[in-house]
Amino acid sequence: MSEQPLLEVKDVETFYGKIQALKGVTMEVNSGEIVTLIGANGAGKSTLMMTICGNPRAAAGQIIFDGQDITNLPTHEITRMNIALSPEGRRIFPRMTVYENLIMGATTSDPAYFDKDLAHAFELFPRLKERKDQRGGTLSGGEQQMLAIARALMARPRLLLLDEPSLGLAPLVVKQIFEAIKMLNEQDGLTVFLVEQNAYHALKLANRGYVMVNGTVTLSGTGKELLASEEVRAAYLEGGAH
Amino acid sequence: MADTESTPSRPARHLDFSKVVKDLIVTTLIATAVFGSTIAFRTVSAAGGLGLEVRYDIAFYVIAAVVIGRLLLWIFVWSKPPGTSAVEMPVSIKSGLAKVSAKVGKGFGPTMLLFALVFPFLPFTDRYLLDLSILILTYVMLGWGLNIVVGLAGLLDLGYVAFYAIGAYSYALLAQYFGFSFWMCLPLAGILAAFWGIILGFPVLRLRGDYLAIVTLAFGEIIRIVLLNWYQFTGGPDGLSGIPRPSFFGLPFNRSEGGFADFFGLDYSSIHRIMFLYFLILALALLTNFVTNRLRRLPIGRAWEALREDEIACRSLGLNTTSVKLTAFAIGAMFAGFAGSFFATRQGFISPESFTFIESALILAIVVLGGMGSQTGVVIASIAMIGGFEIFREAEQFRMLIFGLAMVIIMIWRPRGLISTRIPSIFLKEKKKVSADMVAQGEGH
Repeated sequence: MSEQPLLEVKDVETFYGKIQALKGVTMEVNSGEIVTLIGANGAGKSTLMMTICGNPRAAAGQIIFDGQDITNLPTHEITRMNIALSPEGRRIFPRMTVYENLIMGATTSDPAYFDKDLAHAFELFPRLKERKDQRGGTLSGGEQQMLAIARALMARPRLLLLDEPSLGLAPLVVKQIFEAIKMLNEQDGLTVFLVEQNAYHALKLANRGYVMVNGTVTLSGTGKELLASEEVRAAYLEGGAH
Repeated sequence: MADTESTPSRPARHLDFSKVVKDLIVTTLIATAVFGSTIAFRTVSAAGGLGLEVRYDIAFYVIAAVVIGRLLLWIFVWSKPPGTSAVEMPVSIKSGLAKVSAKVGKGFGPTMLLFALVFPFLPFTDRYLLDLSILILTYVMLGWGLNIVVGLAGLLDLGYVAFYAIGAYSYALLAQYFGFSFWMCLPLAGILAAFWGIILGFPVLRLRGDYLAIVTLAFGEIIRIVLLNWYQFTGGPDGLSGIPRPSFFGLPFNRSEGGFADFFGLDYSSIHRIMFLYFLILALALLTNFVTNRLRRLPIGRAWEALREDEIACRSLGLNTTSVKLTAFAIGAMFAGFAGSFFATRQGFISPESFTFIESALILAIVVLGGMGSQTGVVIASIAMIGGFEIFREAEQFRMLIFGLAMVIIMIWRPRGLISTRIPSIFLKEKKKVSADMVAQGEGH
């Protein structure tokens, strides 16, 4: 583990108009970790994710990636710094084929790596290879999520931001997706920051976790600690452990 | 409308008589109300004022035709049990047809191109047909240009004619004030139009959909009104006349020595110039098509399409959506600029009247009817629209009515345009079309 965290969020505050969504959030993601952020609806999880990407912009505080302040950079420059985002709701390009979607993911990366990255993505999600000439919108929800992650990976990220990858997916598919994330982390050493409502699976997967309530981080610790914590169990895991 | 009861064993025709009779009575009443008032009475100018002519017989025939038509529909179309298609076709024939249509689809482009190339030399081609095809080709080019903005980048532009006007006026004014030739002005007009495309692009970057449409509509009107009121510079409503005709790479089309006909040892004919204009606009249109098709395969073209699909996803992938939108606006505008300067040189006279909103609407209609993003669709739609306008020139009063009806029908039958398939810009082994029912919007998010 390096001395300096890969991503550092310091006292970040974000507003939607007059409504304060983030009330001073501080957290960090170290290189090689899987860190998860869990919380209820409207806690500000996705807002934090979006703020890291510069839209909406943080009103106060600092976001530092790899020693560089990215708080005020435009979104496309942030994502060019090897931060890849797989957005909430997948947001694949529905009329474009799987292959075209993956090419779009590689927009910012060096074309020399394209073939290798493509092979890697297909290896990770063989289903995508079967469907490479199929339109994105005709894929099932799980396949679309695989595509969204694969597309993000095509940018050769050092930090992968995943916003609710389990949203609307069958438990079996959620398991597949999470296994793929684990593999990425273990084999490629990819750093992953995961925002999830599915607290049980997310905490089981993650090295560390943060719990967010009403725009502030109320708890943090290793995945196991949080899983064992009474508060977390009561608030997020009742009936969630499927 | 179709019967809701389904027969369990084999599909049989099924008519519910009381339902049909009720429907026919309603039909008769509606038809009588509509045609009784419009067809049965006719005003004629008689001596000393307006006279009324009564035509009950014609009205009766029309009403009868409507009722009988509806009865036939009941008997042959709506009597089918639900779930069966109107025309039953064996699977083998169906797949055979699909194969044939795929082949026809593949050969369609080259055939059209070949036809376009030999068209001026065909025996039945006269001055009128040639003029008409020049007009159609101008709209094909404009449609292809707008297709970049609307079809590929998904930015609804209702003021496209502004760039057409800028192209036309750039040529006319540059020729008038500096005496530049057509060939010099063509690129300049394109560059100027592209420049104005960027100027328009900047303020509208934050807008999408309806709001973008309104601002571009306003832009189109602003340009037209400036042209109309800046009398000293643009000639205002009088327009600009005496715009120089294009020359064949320096050889003018006239009777003089050293003219085109003289140089090639031909007898002078005014058709030479028209033929030249025809090939000029054909070349310009093909250039537009070629550039668009190439751009689609380049990262920038894919970025346009991705932008149409999902702007947020584009940003998350590190695309600078600002520059993507601006390039779409600029390149689309550039082709309108080319077409505009061609228009100016063909007409020899331009005025703001040629650049009204209805032109923008017409070009947009061509793109939408053709199927957004489809190059072939634009060709078919412009032939149908512009050619159709000409065919119905006799029935001038009903022209718009007929076109309104045609558009409604097309939007019912083919809601995604005539050619609604999208060919992927890149593929690994074989090209596979993305069929129409797969490209409905609002899915896959």
